[in-house]
Amino acid sequence: MNQVLSQSVRDAITRELQKYPAEQQQSAVMAALRFVQEENNWISREAMDAIAEVLGLQPIQVYEVATFYSMYRLQPGGKHQINVCTNVSCMLCGSSEVISHLQDRLGIETGQTTADGRFSLNEVECLGACGGAPMLQLDRDYHENLTPETLDALLEGLD
Amino acid sequence: MLNIEIDGRQLQAEEGEMLIEVADRAGIYIPRFCYHKHLSVAANCRMCLVEVEKAPKPLPACATPVTDGMKVFSRSELAMDAQKGTMEFLLINHPLDCPICDQGGECELQDLAVGYGGDRSRYTEEKRVVRDPDLGPLVATEMTRCIHCTRCVRFGQEISGIREMGATGRGEHTTIGTYVQHAIGSELSGNIIDLCPVGALTSKPFKFAARSWEMADVASVAPHDCAGSSIRIQTLRGKVERVLPLENNDINETWLSDRDRFSYTAVNSGERLTVPRIRKKGEWQETDWATALQSVADGLLQNVAKQGADKLAGIISPTSTLEEFYLFQKLLRGLGSNNIDHRLKLADSRDDGRWASAPALGMPIKELESLDFVLLIGCNLRKEQPILNHRLRKAVLAGADVAVINPYDYEFNYPLSVRAVSSPSGMLQSVANIIRLLSDKLGHDVPEDVIPWMDPTRINQQHRALADRFADRNSKSALILGQLAWLHEEGAILRSMAKTLADMAGVSLGFLPEANGVAAWQAGCTPFSEQDKGLSVADMDAAEIKTWLLFGVEPELDAAHGGQLLAALNDADIVVAITAFASAGESYADVQLPAAMFAENAGTFVNCEGAAQTLSAATTPPGDAREGWKILRALAGYLDLPGFDFDTVSAIAAAVDAAGAPSPGYGMGSLSGYAKTEHAGGENLERIRDSLIYRGDAILRRCEPLQRTTDNPPPAARINPQQASRLGLEQDAKVKLMVDETSVETPVVLDQRVPEGCVFLPIGYLETAALPGSASVRLVRS
Ligand code: SF4
Ligand code: FES
Ligand code: FES
Repeated sequence: MNQVLSQSVRDAITRELQKYPAEQQQSAVMAALRFVQEENNWISREAMDAIAEVLGLQPIQVYEVATFYSMYRLQPGGKHQINVCTNVSCMLCGSSEVISHLQDRLGIETGQTTADGRFSLNEVECLGACGGAPMLQLDRDYHENLTPETLDALLEGLD
Repeated sequence: MLNIEIDGRQLQAEEGEMLIEVADRAGIYIPRFCYHKHLSVAANCRMCLVEVEKAPKPLPACATPVTDGMKVFSRSELAMDAQKGTMEFLLINHPLDCPICDQGGECELQDLAVGYGGDRSRYTEEKRVVRDPDLGPLVATEMTRCIHCTRCVRFGQEISGIREMGATGRGEHTTIGTYVQHAIGSELSGNIIDLCPVGALTSKPFKFAARSWEMADVASVAPHDCAGSSIRIQTLRGKVERVLPLENNDINETWLSDRDRFSYTAVNSGERLTVPRIRKKGEWQETDWATALQSVADGLLQNVAKQGADKLAGIISPTSTLEEFYLFQKLLRGLGSNNIDHRLKLADSRDDGRWASAPALGMPIKELESLDFVLLIGCNLRKEQPILNHRLRKAVLAGADVAVINPYDYEFNYPLSVRAVSSPSGMLQSVANIIRLLSDKLGHDVPEDVIPWMDPTRINQQHRALADRFADRNSKSALILGQLAWLHEEGAILRSMAKTLADMAGVSLGFLPEANGVAAWQAGCTPFSEQDKGLSVADMDAAEIKTWLLFGVEPELDAAHGGQLLAALNDADIVVAITAFASAGESYADVQLPAAMFAENAGTFVNCEGAAQTLSAATTPPGDAREGWKILRALAGYLDLPGFDFDTVSAIAAAVDAAGAPSPGYGMGSLSGYAKTEHAGGENLERIRDSLIYRGDAILRRCEPLQRTTDNPPPAARINPQQASRLGLEQDAKVKLMVDETSVETPVVLDQRVPEGCVFLPIGYLETAALPGSASVRLVRS
């Protein structure tokens, strides 16, 4: 097997494959992409090719899936991913202030990463937490009812 | 049978059919972009929306199965509104660049925009722009025009079997392409040009050459393989501009191989010979036909008188027409020589006496689809016969299994049930071992004559699997020998064993003839005649032939034993080359007569299933070049040979005693009289020969776009990496390949697909043409 994927990713894919019948192994592609991203913070071309090889797909079939979902990161990004929802509910409740506060504090635009590589700031669509709008997702956690103060407190606690 | 009604017409339909199929059959046109009858239904363009009674909203005709009593309105207000709406959305992002788009005039979007589009756009926002991927030398891209119908993507998945194109991104940001730079490598890739309903994918060699409506269109046949695909040759003011497939459900359906689609580029090659030429004191001099023909006739007659007719030989290209074959052999036989052949790939002629009729597939091409099991021996079907391979691929998708016994581990676009790869001599052993296993299984005696080739200690799992498969009498099986079998140095033994195996198993034995080879047999372009047997191409070199008549061939590149033939031609007294290209035979010929080539001459093509089709002239040959049959007729006149007074090709065809459909008439499979050869090891490697897809004939070698594809690698001696390390060779090391006194130099390429103890060195390369064809070669670092 190829060397691009780490042993733990390969093990995880092997486990995942057991969930699917033999002729449906390609179903594991989404999980495989996620494993790589969780380990490396992003998914390289080489990693996608490696996944294709492991799952018996053509590389383009993996590229299609990876580019379809916006949550797969195909470029290296910051250590912490800040995903601010700017969809309707959040917008009505002030997501633009959240964005501008973060932009000022971090000194970057949305879609960019800070020079020290710590933070990436992204705009995303509804994350299904409209009740707590405006909200953001920091790495794997949701943070709701944001104000400039709670935002500052949130970022201060991070390495 | 179901009864449905479309636009007031009562129609019958099969259960499970889609509305659009029924409408198409009845000639009711429903607009569409993504639907294609040979591809799966994607239903993503929504252009085919129609009104169906009792359905609350319009339904896509391509994805709506018929039900009994269904009432459909394809041009009602609801339907038309839906279609117009779809059209407006499709045009939002489509550039208005029809004047500079090659698809203009044959664009489905343009056509439908006329019928369904608005006369002005309501869209004022920004249009999207898409970067163009470089797909290689055949397909030009302009992806901003793409309407995301995914026909090209489905073609890769479903027909060519290699998924190279894909849809990446999402929604507005979806783009069709390869995502990473990647020249597409499918031998059927040109079909996506036809499939693309817009100008996103167009033909690179045809780029900006002509408009579809200004070209003349002639139906003909493609001459490069034994399928004989139906084609349309399109010309503008006498210049061949493009070749397209012509739908023929018995042969190529709606598809065409890239080889047949782009080989026309050689018609316009700068290497065309346009006037007769004679070599005087080493210098080529142009002359007129009368002088050239007189000098050829004088030379032929003098030499025949001096040395005897058995020192005269003729080789004709298997891409020639039935009529050319007939006159060619008649002329040579008229001069008293039976040394006539078209079988350039033939390496071993020891079984010449066994052919009862032309080697052929032995079943209709279509029938390949219904086979359960096929064993290919010495055959890279995918590149050799792309159209036949497509049929077999369909069989595999329907559950058939295909196995191979090959000397090189070729890649197929479907899974193989057994992949037995071994040296050429190992192939003989494999077949012999299978015969042994099968005789045990069926309770037959082991055929004595095959025993020397058997090695029970080397019987492996693959041999067992194949024997089991052949023992299964309930499946419809076939055994097919391909080009690598013709090129096999001990091909006679291989054929004989294949015959024994096929007979024992009771399965059909097929051969893939070279191009129009079946016609060549029917017309008598083989060295056997009733009275006498002449020399086959494989033996001509050893007979001190001094006078040669070449028709459309470059023996040094075309033939299995090209090296030997080159030496013989260099040594000859007179070499007459009837050729379309000045560069063909330039170094050894004494006279060159300029001939027409495919697209310029009419005649008959008989494919591997025995179907005779008509090749038509779409244009006239350049300059003083003439159709081959006219040249032969005129030459016969100068030679005073009787019986050549034909005025038309059809008159010649009528004279050919064409025996009905050819059966693969191979006589008994006895091996008595053949000896087993031992292959030395060490620096002596067994040579594996093939003729690569775009190097197979003089025309193909002059198709510049095909020469630039990934299927045309530079010359190299391919050896297995383990073998290389044992010989102390690394990638790109320069090596000398030697047979007796002759040697050629070439770089080494390490290739896991070559079995150990072998070197893979295809024919067709000028750089290595001098190397005589032989079972083994010595390989040393140079
Ligand atoms: S490139 Fe052509 S065939 Fe492919 S999806 Fe786009 S419009 Fe359809
Ligand atoms: S709109 Fe922001 S979470 Fe739903
Ligand atoms: S042709 Fe039916 S949806 Fe495209």
